[in-house]
Amino acid sequence: MKMTPRLLVAILSAGLSWGCFSARAQTPPEDATRQKLVQTILSEGQAQQKLLNELADSGVKVVRDVLTAWQRDGVYLYDDPAGGTKVPILLEDQQDADGKARGIRIIDGQFVKDAAGKELRFASSDLNTAETDMRLRSVIQQSVDTLALASANPEERNSAVLKLGNSQKPRYIPILQNRLTKETNVEVRRSIDEAIALLQLADTDPKVQIAAVQHLAQLKAIGSVDNIKKLMTKPGANGDVVKACQSATNVIENHISFVNFIGTIFHGLSLGSILLVVALGLAITFGLMGIINMAHGEMIAVGAYTCYVVQNIFGTGFGFTITLPFSFGGKMIHFGLHLPGLNATGWTYESYFLVAIPLSFLMAALAGLLIERTVIRFLYRRPLESLLATWGISLVMQQLFRMVFGANNVQVNSPSWLLGHFSINDVTFDYNRVFVIAFAIVIVIGTWLLLTKTPLGLLIRAVMQNRAMASSLGVRTARVNMMTFAFGSGLAGLAGAFLSQIGNVGPSLGQTYIVDSFMTVVLGGVGSIVGTVCSAFGIGTADEVLQQTTGSPVTGKIVVLMAIILFLQWKPGGLFASRSRSLD
Amino acid sequence: MPPTKSKIGTWGLLAAALLLVVVLPSLNAFTAEHSVLHVSNFSINLYGKYLCYAILAISVDLLWGYTGMLSLGQALFFTLGGYMMGMYLMRMIGDLGQYHKPIPDFLVFLGWSTLPTFWKPFSSFPFAVFMAFLLPGVLAALFGFLAFRSRIRGVYFSILTQALTYAACLLFFRNSLLLGGNNGFTDFKFILGHDLRLPETQRALYIATALALILVYMGCRWLSRTKFGLVQQAIRDSENRVLFSGYAASSYKLFVFVFCALIAALGGILYVPQVGIINPSEMGTEKSLEAVVWVAVGGRGTLIGPVIGAIFINALKSWTTRAYPDIWLLILGTLFILVTVFMPKGIVGLPEQLRSLRNRGRSPSAPTPAAEDVSKPEMAKTK
Repeated sequence: MKMTPRLLVAILSAGLSWGCFSARAQTPPEDATRQKLVQTILSEGQAQQKLLNELADSGVKVVRDVLTAWQRDGVYLYDDPAGGTKVPILLEDQQDADGKARGIRIIDGQFVKDAAGKELRFASSDLNTAETDMRLRSVIQQSVDTLALASANPEERNSAVLKLGNSQKPRYIPILQNRLTKETNVEVRRSIDEAIALLQLADTDPKVQIAAVQHLAQLKAIGSVDNIKKLMTKPGANGDVVKACQSATNVIENHISFVNFIGTIFHGLSLGSILLVVALGLAITFGLMGIINMAHGEMIAVGAYTCYVVQNIFGTGFGFTITLPFSFGGKMIHFGLHLPGLNATGWTYESYFLVAIPLSFLMAALAGLLIERTVIRFLYRRPLESLLATWGISLVMQQLFRMVFGANNVQVNSPSWLLGHFSINDVTFDYNRVFVIAFAIVIVIGTWLLLTKTPLGLLIRAVMQNRAMASSLGVRTARVNMMTFAFGSGLAGLAGAFLSQIGNVGPSLGQTYIVDSFMTVVLGGVGSIVGTVCSAFGIGTADEVLQQTTGSPVTGKIVVLMAIILFLQWKPGGLFASRSRSLD
Repeated sequence: MPPTKSKIGTWGLLAAALLLVVVLPSLNAFTAEHSVLHVSNFSINLYGKYLCYAILAISVDLLWGYTGMLSLGQALFFTLGGYMMGMYLMRMIGDLGQYHKPIPDFLVFLGWSTLPTFWKPFSSFPFAVFMAFLLPGVLAALFGFLAFRSRIRGVYFSILTQALTYAACLLFFRNSLLLGGNNGFTDFKFILGHDLRLPETQRALYIATALALILVYMGCRWLSRTKFGLVQQAIRDSENRVLFSGYAASSYKLFVFVFCALIAALGGILYVPQVGIINPSEMGTEKSLEAVVWVAVGGRGTLIGPVIGAIFINALKSWTTRAYPDIWLLILGTLFILVTVFMPKGIVGLPEQLRSLRNRGRSPSAPTPAAEDVSKPEMAKTK
């Protein structure tokens, strides 16, 4: 914690040295402000305080930088030999070997030069600092604090208001009330309202305190609960105040647990959506075809890596080289690929994800097609062995990922339109999670339509229900198998595209999801899409809720797995078991 | 089975036993270090590890090849046995650890000053061994009872055992379980008063492992020829017929499942002192799958197949991880795909497969038994 102020100074002074002072062309209001700054530094007593208060209303960034420096004795007075006046300057952060640094004039942000136009260097010990005393420093502090209230950025204003509200210094109340008359932004107004009530808690009049507490309860101000509790437990607290605090704490804490609950459900739903898209692919290959595809997880990784490659092609390009571990005639064999980048920027770059989504489906489907044609078609009659062969495929693919993309996680940037969040009633909804949930719903509906309303879906269901009968009616079962498997794999690829927005993308990405998604399919009832949807959301939400309540992600997972195993004792066929008269 | 074949088997077994138990350790102990015949201490230790894996492979095969239940959780029982043994070995370190405290280092690290109660009895070797069998046995009995009662079989059984293993693996990664968390147990010093770092101790452990393997092998061979073994194989081929014939198939399966868990645990008990480390990654889902690979490559449904498979694959792994560390997974994966698709009977079944290929070459109309034989029972079970 001790680091923080020092770090702040470092950052401030670093920004100071070149950030704003190097700007040659200055806007007129900034010039006026700079003049006022110099005037303030050189004046004394009442006039100085009045000027400081005026500065606080300017909302210009330079003011904060200079004032902060001033507070820490970083403003120096340089005796200009030409004019014989004192010039307030700052010293550049960068020092030379003698511990000297260039001086920057506050009045115009230029370096101090001698008559010949040569930049002068100063050691801080050779200069007089602009004097401050305790009282002046606290006035400066107040100006710095309130400065941000006038910022042009609503978010900055908001955080400044919150900071003042938590300061417990009632002297800010008039300043805030003053702001409230000028403020137009609804959120900032609400924050100011809350901050004023918070500051009123420190009032000496119990009536004002009670009114403030009740107002905070009305606002359901989550941030105020600690302060209210503190007020309640203060020794010698007024009985009525304690009572008001008590009811306010109850109201706010109820609100907090409600917000947390909704937040947890939301996270659970978004986790469930990912699980759903993964498991939906599996429900098709495993549930409908009876193939246990252990490489399904790697299909997810194919989708995620496709996003990575597309992102890089939109950016600076993508390339890799593999060196074979053998040498032929003393020569190492290299092969690789280099795709040039489009070097797109702005909206073109941001839209890479829209291109990546269909591509990740296609790439994964293509990979699935390849696997089906080369390996799985030999194993339709031996499901247990398909498990083993596909595990072999999964090992090979993981190693290939490692060779092409490296063993470490790669960085997939979310497009800016998926970053950020909105809040309703204090519950935060991240855009990317909302997007995932919405897209999962679209995919489920699409899959359902495909299976029930299209000729291909009809063929798929016919082959899965009775292969021999379908075949004798002229259905080309091999082709249907191929399409079904490719479709299931493509869905996994889509899940990978989403995962790249939420989590890490690495060679063993698929392994994290494979057990979960198998459990989802088994729990839902093999071959049932509805069951898969229910169990995916169920597992996702239960996982998230248990993580929150037990406080550890692992315990939650273990409990969920055990619960599923026990549930299957009771209903071996899963939630929506398909009924059949056939034995076994 | 013709008597001559059985006789060949017996003699072969005797020869293998002699080689493993007497010849190899003797070559290690009594030949000069630079002699051509010398078997180094490193090799003896390595062979010991392979034989432990072979025991594990037999347990997988007894379940999969003989009873038709593909368990993806055998590594769990193996590791559980290993952990119990590891607890005893940790206690035997005494105060020779990094912190020179009378309790294991990782407990000191977690802020413990006295031994947790459940650790105390593990200072006794018999208790540790007893627990090493009891814990996997009870877990297998519990899981098996629940699973077989509700007739979970085929693919579902595989997926559930995998989930069980995954859950246990996550559990063992936790520090709060007080079993070493991520790092598990290592740095063992003594077993039954003998220094583990001495070649004599390692040789004795190797001989014990070889004997255990031979006993397990003989026990399973005997079991597979009793009436029990016949019912077991009947369950593999058609569980419903067995049920309708009046046999309580689930009791048979439960017995086999627990028995195999105990065999796997035995492998784990012998594995830990020889390898010198045990951690939760040993019970990961991929370890169980690897054991299944050994059986598939060696040849399932035979008892010698898993032993051959375990030794062959691990020897191959030792070599490739040293020679081509980057592509070891490529080799293993490819081997696995090829064996599953083209050699359903594994190495052991290769001569027969070649013979039938040659016969097919002579008369093109003859059926191909190799692939069909295996596929039929599978189909019956999992549809």
